[in-house]
Amino acid sequence: MSVVLYEPGVEEAPVRSRRGLVWETIRRRPSATVGAVLLLVIALAAVLAPWIAPYGLHDQVGPVFGRPSRSHPLGLDDGGIDMVTLLMWGARISLVVGFAATAVSILIGGVVGIVSGYFGGWVDTLLMRITDYFLVIPDVPLMIVVAAIWGPSLFHIVIVIGILLWTGTARVIRAQVKSVRERVYVKRARALGAGHARIVLRHVLPQVAPLLIANTVLTVAVAVFDETALSFLGLGDPSRISLGKVIENAFQRAAISSGAWWAIVPPGALVAIVILACSLVGQALEDALNPRLRVAHLGARTFRLRPLVGRGAESV
Amino acid sequence: MTLLAVEDLVVRYPVPRGLVGTLARRPRLDVHAVDGVTLDVGSGELVALVGESGCGKTTTAQTVLRLVDPVSGTVRFQGSDITQLGPSALRPLRRRMQIVYQDPYESLDPRLRVRAAVEEPLVIHRLGSRAERAERVRDALARVELSPPELFLDRYPHELSGGQRQRVAIAAALVLEPELLVADEPVSMLDVSVRAGILQLLDSLRAGGLGILMITHDLSTAARFADRICVMYLGRIVEEGPASEVVENPQHPYTRALLSVVPSRDPRRRRRPQILRGEAPDATRIPSGCRFHPRCPIAIEICPQVDPQLERPAAARSPEHRAACVRA
Amino acid sequence: MSTLLQVEDLHVWFELPDGGELHAVQGLSLGVGTGERVGLVGESGCGKTTTALAIMGLLPPTASASGRVLLDGKDVLAGGEATIRPRRWVDVAIVFQGAMNALNPVRTVGSQIVEALELHGRARGGAARARAAQLLESVGIPAARAKRYPHELSGGMRQRAAIAMALSCNPRVLIADEPTTALDVMVQAQILELLDALCRDFGLALILVTHDLPVVAQLCDAAAVMYAGEIVERGPVDALYHDPRHPYTRLLFAATADLDGRDAPVVSIPGAPPRLDRELVGCPFSPRCDRRFDPCGTLRPALRALDDGHAAACHLNGVGG
Repeated sequence: MSVVLYEPGVEEAPVRSRRGLVWETIRRRPSATVGAVLLLVIALAAVLAPWIAPYGLHDQVGPVFGRPSRSHPLGLDDGGIDMVTLLMWGARISLVVGFAATAVSILIGGVVGIVSGYFGGWVDTLLMRITDYFLVIPDVPLMIVVAAIWGPSLFHIVIVIGILLWTGTARVIRAQVKSVRERVYVKRARALGAGHARIVLRHVLPQVAPLLIANTVLTVAVAVFDETALSFLGLGDPSRISLGKVIENAFQRAAISSGAWWAIVPPGALVAIVILACSLVGQALEDALNPRLRVAHLGARTFRLRPLVGRGAESV
Repeated sequence: MTLLAVEDLVVRYPVPRGLVGTLARRPRLDVHAVDGVTLDVGSGELVALVGESGCGKTTTAQTVLRLVDPVSGTVRFQGSDITQLGPSALRPLRRRMQIVYQDPYESLDPRLRVRAAVEEPLVIHRLGSRAERAERVRDALARVELSPPELFLDRYPHELSGGQRQRVAIAAALVLEPELLVADEPVSMLDVSVRAGILQLLDSLRAGGLGILMITHDLSTAARFADRICVMYLGRIVEEGPASEVVENPQHPYTRALLSVVPSRDPRRRRRPQILRGEAPDATRIPSGCRFHPRCPIAIEICPQVDPQLERPAAARSPEHRAACVRA
Repeated sequence: MSTLLQVEDLHVWFELPDGGELHAVQGLSLGVGTGERVGLVGESGCGKTTTALAIMGLLPPTASASGRVLLDGKDVLAGGEATIRPRRWVDVAIVFQGAMNALNPVRTVGSQIVEALELHGRARGGAARARAAQLLESVGIPAARAKRYPHELSGGMRQRAAIAMALSCNPRVLIADEPTTALDVMVQAQILELLDALCRDFGLALILVTHDLPVVAQLCDAAAVMYAGEIVERGPVDALYHDPRHPYTRLLFAATADLDGRDAPVVSIPGAPPRLDRELVGCPFSPRCDRRFDPCGTLRPALRALDDGHAAACHLNGVGG
């Protein structure tokens, strides 16, 4: 009977697997590729820091605020420690906190978003009011208060950042879940008698996953920034060096008046690059996921003209 | 054997008033989606529920499957009253009543292969071992004429044409061996050249004993494939009877008007169209008396006062042909 | 009757994401004269909407086109945006598919028509509002409704408003893409009656793009049947139904449900249309054709005139490419 499988006008394949869309986007869009490569390089450098850092983290290899030279391309900090080494070790903590806080945030935000969007009704209203409550809390003052009360430690920082960032995720995921829930195949599954767990896990989550990934990447950017801010304000874990702490140290030890820009600018720049890289990847993923942004708009006269084909003049 | 017996079904939706409306004490309006519908479907019978948008046919179908709760009336499936049953009691029933949706492009999860999509109902209801399920999936695909099944099992929906997707959706409905199938506009989103194939498939399933309730706005399709037609207007059935009867000898002015405006494919055949003015009033404000009287070409004085019931018209040729019109 | 719009040998290609090309329209020629109604009929993917957009010069950036679109003898396709722009909406207007859902939801219906008038310099201010009210009346919408928002109107009303908008600059040719597809049969009848009256009373030329054969049979004088990007048969609708000279036309009519044809055998066409991202060999319909014979697989038939205004691209009428 109908054995012919292909047909023009059948839409381009949406996506075969969860990983498909993410991978494809990173491969195809230059901004995402650049961002991903940057992140990879920085993450690798951070992870391998103990082995590939040029100098020891606590080795004083020169004078205080030593100038950049061939053996120390980014100079030395206020303790005579090589800046490149510091950056690599600092990135470790910054990224760890960034990812950990993001994990907390995505977990809370994802669950709230899914439950809220799927069940609707009073559950939705309640969860959204709670979300609103968290949304209006100013981040940095809260972090200051919490750090002041609980004391600064890596764990507290991660929790504080995580608790403040989940709201954005929750809202985005909730919107998507609400839309997926109305799709015919979900209604069909309900009509078949499928339980909520099954529908959420099998039908809703796969549709939401790419968006969740995009959101995760963007959240990492914010988390890294928040951590840097906290450390800069002296609320970070004093026993750990993060990029924010590096900046704070330099700031406290009068790097600026000493003219030692290399102690402040590089760590700041590195934070900015990490945030930029995450944003590039995250934005590209979001764009790829939003079907409306993909539609080629009917532009007046944007199409090209080709020479006449002339398959024989019309004989009618 | 009567599979499905619906009696005096009433379904209403409150129109949300919003904060301002509540504060201003605006009267609470209800959408009278279904306003007293009685119909039967027997096994091996295809009943077409016909009407324009907003007439309540889709809501009726959803209520029959208990996806929506009625305000009053009864739904009986194979004799037992299922109107008040809760979700857990309904679960085993869901196996015996299935639905096929209008949109073949949306009714299949794009991430599931055909095999998984057709198997899912069995998994949900925990039926059979893995091997048994695989066997039933292949049988279902064969029944919908997707042969050989191997060619289709591993495909994703986007690799199939509209007609093929709809067949997969039907297979997924059949795999549980239901007794009643509700088909909501099963071919309206398919190309013309493919429609007949799907309809013929439904026809052969009906011949095999399946009871089918088909929702459609297309009278031509209903006329060709249905055993009986029920014409709905604003939440009520205004005419019902054997398909050929309703189409050849319509007794209700609405049915007559509808039939007259269906364009014919033959350019020489121009019916004299009776185009009704305006559109159906919204279901929150059902007209008094006969709900059709404001648009009726033959309305008389008593029409705004009397709400006619379905009765056998004088000019009917079959005992089962009924129309709700005082002038019939 | 003069020819207002003439399309000659139109080809449209679309770039595909993976580098290939989709040849969506393959050498289409079509003409329409004053007061004439021509149907462009075909199933999904045949290229009819693409043709309509090409005529209006509204193809997306991934498209490329060749051929001629002659408005009053002047080629507006090759002439560039400068040639088509002053004539778009003024000489030829389009009611897009799903237009009734594309009205701006935050502006009143009347103001959207005023906008069209002002953009094309037809009228301003009070005069524009008066003209808008007049247009609405002419499509059967009471002028008072001009102050309503789209969501306050029914589907049929919105479609009428979309038609009014298309008529705002008094075009001589109207292209209607699936104008009644999402509408109930009664509302469809109203809209078709409206289009009929507009053509009769104002000499409007109509190109009706649709998959719905009965609508074309009732409203149009002539029609062109499209398959796989080209016209496979065209002629007066009467001839197409009573004397089809292409198997696809015959089968398409036969597959169309009809109230009067209840006892006729049910017909469906097996298979699916060919992919247009590859070069087609032979007749594009031959894999599905019930009358194919030797030349069909290798020689692509050309659209040839048969008798008065009737043409078909089929070897059954005489082998020839």
